[in-house]
Amino acid sequence: MGELLRTPLFDLHAELGAKMVPFAGYKMPVQYPLGVMKEHLHTRAGAGLFDVSHMGQVILRGDSYAAVAAAFETLVPMDVLGLDEGRQRYGLFTNDAGGIDDDLMFANRGDHLFVVVNAACKEGDIVRMKAVLEPNVTVEVIEDRALIALQGPAAETALARLNPSVAEMSFMDVATVDLNGSECWVSRSGYTGEDGYEISVPATEAEALARALLVMEEVEGIGLGARDSLRLEGGLCLYGNDIDTSTSPIEAALTWAIQKVRRPGGDRAGGFPGASRIFGDFAEGVARKRVGLAPQGRAPMRAGTPLFAAEEGGDPIGEVTSGGFGPTLGGPVAMGYVGSSQAAVGTEVFGEVRGKRLPVTVAKMPLVPSNFKR
Amino acid sequence: MKFTEEHEWLRVEDDVVVVGITAHASEQLGDVVFIELPEAGTEVTKDEEVCVIESVKAASDILAPIDGEITEVNEALVDEPGKVNEDPTGDAWFFKIKAADPSQMDDYMDEAAYNDFIG
Repeated sequence: MGELLRTPLFDLHAELGAKMVPFAGYKMPVQYPLGVMKEHLHTRAGAGLFDVSHMGQVILRGDSYAAVAAAFETLVPMDVLGLDEGRQRYGLFTNDAGGIDDDLMFANRGDHLFVVVNAACKEGDIVRMKAVLEPNVTVEVIEDRALIALQGPAAETALARLNPSVAEMSFMDVATVDLNGSECWVSRSGYTGEDGYEISVPATEAEALARALLVMEEVEGIGLGARDSLRLEGGLCLYGNDIDTSTSPIEAALTWAIQKVRRPGGDRAGGFPGASRIFGDFAEGVARKRVGLAPQGRAPMRAGTPLFAAEEGGDPIGEVTSGGFGPTLGGPVAMGYVGSSQAAVGTEVFGEVRGKRLPVTVAKMPLVPSNFKR
Repeated sequence: MKFTEEHEWLRVEDDVVVVGITAHASEQLGDVVFIELPEAGTEVTKDEEVCVIESVKAASDILAPIDGEITEVNEALVDEPGKVNEDPTGDAWFFKIKAADPSQMDDYMDEAAYNDFIG
């Protein structure tokens, strides 16, 4: 493995006393001196600042937005053409087998499509986009910008001090906004289940912007540890754990992300990788399904915990794909896959922890209600 | 007080040894969220896994530092596992053990040696 990369906020993390760990080829803050539990609770009560600069930022340009969108629809089962200017949507790169190669965000920024992909997948995503979209669409990888997320109920108050216009944005709106003298590309979105913003800022100006936010009473730096427990309580998938190249969007309970126009019977049905399997899943249903899981006791059920239909005997019916302690719930929280016949909310299944089968209830996701500004 | 390389502390009280984890260990673990204790009356042997401690990050085991019988466990930790972070060497003891062979205590470090060990 080569040298770990550093984000533009690396020195600031060190100054704040962050514990740094390798993550997707980068040296990233896993926690600050506050600790995972308090960082999590702070984000749900105030505002948390996350460095997500390791994620891939890509601009797609062509003759028009419509031309770019039509080309991008060959890669994702989402309605890209119908996305209004100034709006963002969640998307999936599917593969020929109908599995998921990455999840992403894409935004209609008028004359171009702005795409944000996972750090661990970005090299492959870029290769894929270039192979399919070029030469009619140019794939510009943005290397000179950092990405900062500001999340939590106080995010609006905090960010509006730098530019009041951000308060007018609704969930999934995108806009170019001047923040602290920098041209920022802001979306009202995030991955914590809270209201908040994701801010693409020129790399050389990222530290100044982060400092301008961190001096505010409401804002604390938050590491990857709390980011994981926040997104888990929020029912949001971690690529590589909860969704991967073998899971179809239907199995992953991401059917909502496929707009009607791309589904069977829609005006632009199909035409994306793996459409035949995914349409088969629509028609025939699936054998397994991603569900929220609420362990009944106190013991956390971590990723890899096998799940059973009964307290004794039988083969596993699935497994936990993400699990741990949910600080807001004050107890264990998990998600994973079970057979479709066990997927109804309220069904009791059993997770085997250290040789003991412990009861766990299939629960409605998200386990902690989301707090988006619709 | 004596210390093990597994970051446990051992304090002799009358005829039993009280066992907990060190402040260094609790810092490394991060916020403790779950503890599974042994049952009082259990006979244990040195290096046997007797407790499970889970933090926000991961699960780890606590080993019996010596042979003997568990005489008492700290049930309060089950409801308030966070005590392990707040007061690791005081309130947050895990269990008391009646030593079968008190000479096993001689193998362990004193505080100065433990501080050297953790650097």
